[in-house]
Amino acid sequence: GQKMSLSVLESMGFRVGQALGERLPRETLAFREELDVLKFLCKDLWVAVFQKQMDSLRTNHQGTYVLQDNSFPLLLPMASGLQYLEEAPKFLAFTCGLLRGALCTLGIESVVTASVAALPVCKFQVLIPKS
Amino acid sequence: MAVCIAVIAKENYPLYIRSTPTENELKFHYMVHTSLDVVDEKISAMAKALVDQRELYLDLLYPTEDYKVYGYVTNSKVKFVMVVDSSNTALRDNEIRSMFRKLHNSYTDVMCNPFYNPGDRIQSRWALLPVSASSPGGPYFLCPHPVQVGPAFCVLLPSLCRTCLAILVAKMQPFGK
Repeated sequence: GQKMSLSVLESMGFRVGQALGERLPRETLAFREELDVLKFLCKDLWVAVFQKQMDSLRTNHQGTYVLQDNSFPLLLPMASGLQYLEEAPKFLAFTCGLLRGALCTLGIESVVTASVAALPVCKFQVLIPKS
Repeated sequence: MAVCIAVIAKENYPLYIRSTPTENELKFHYMVHTSLDVVDEKISAMAKALVDQRELYLDLLYPTEDYKVYGYVTNSKVKFVMVVDSSNTALRDNEIRSMFRKLHNSYTDVMCNPFYNPGDRIQSRWALLPVSASSPGGPYFLCPHPVQVGPAFCVLLPSLCRTCLAILVAKMQPFGK
């Protein structure tokens, strides 16, 4: 049902993210730490895919990062507000996979989930398990 | 020119190894394998050095009596190792760098191929074609000529041997007149 299709979308995003994670950081110097990788996601990856930067990045410095986009381009064409809250996950699954794939190529295993409080503001939560 | 080129995955297994004198391949495989230790050493040394800039190009890994080995690591921890003939002293640093850059471009293209699963051995013969052009024996697939060594002098068409390029240039007549 819906779960299957969401995970298929997410895995497609994952593969694209892997390729982007290889192509985008081409001439930049090697990343020194996790935060640099996340900053790269917020700036370079988001600009390459959505032509805008991520609006805010917050972290608790223990492996959890919250990336917030106040006007997510995939949700903008729909009504803003609470009208289509249940439909939103379909549009976010691919992007979650995209983030996870890019992180995977750059050497970070993670779990990415998305949440929408009110369209078009959405938050992506990246959990990096400490090993 | 490069005698052997290898692409090593993040987990240190080879994705692609190609060497030119095909009779002693195992020796090159072994050389690449031992150079991995040096690569790891350099990476961890750079991490500890707290230098602001971190170069992707690792420069000469170690010289042996016949060969020199160069390394390059990408942001995704994929390593490229290149073995060149020591007797060819005409090879300058920036030529090696440009060979690595071409290799990186080709590897990125392979990654973006939707039919390629990351982590598989690279089977495609066309994928790393520009790379094979920079090794002696030249581009095996595009050009039937008994190839003269060396990358073509034209940077726009690096996968043609000198003979092919000469033919191409001869065919291009000046317009008008």
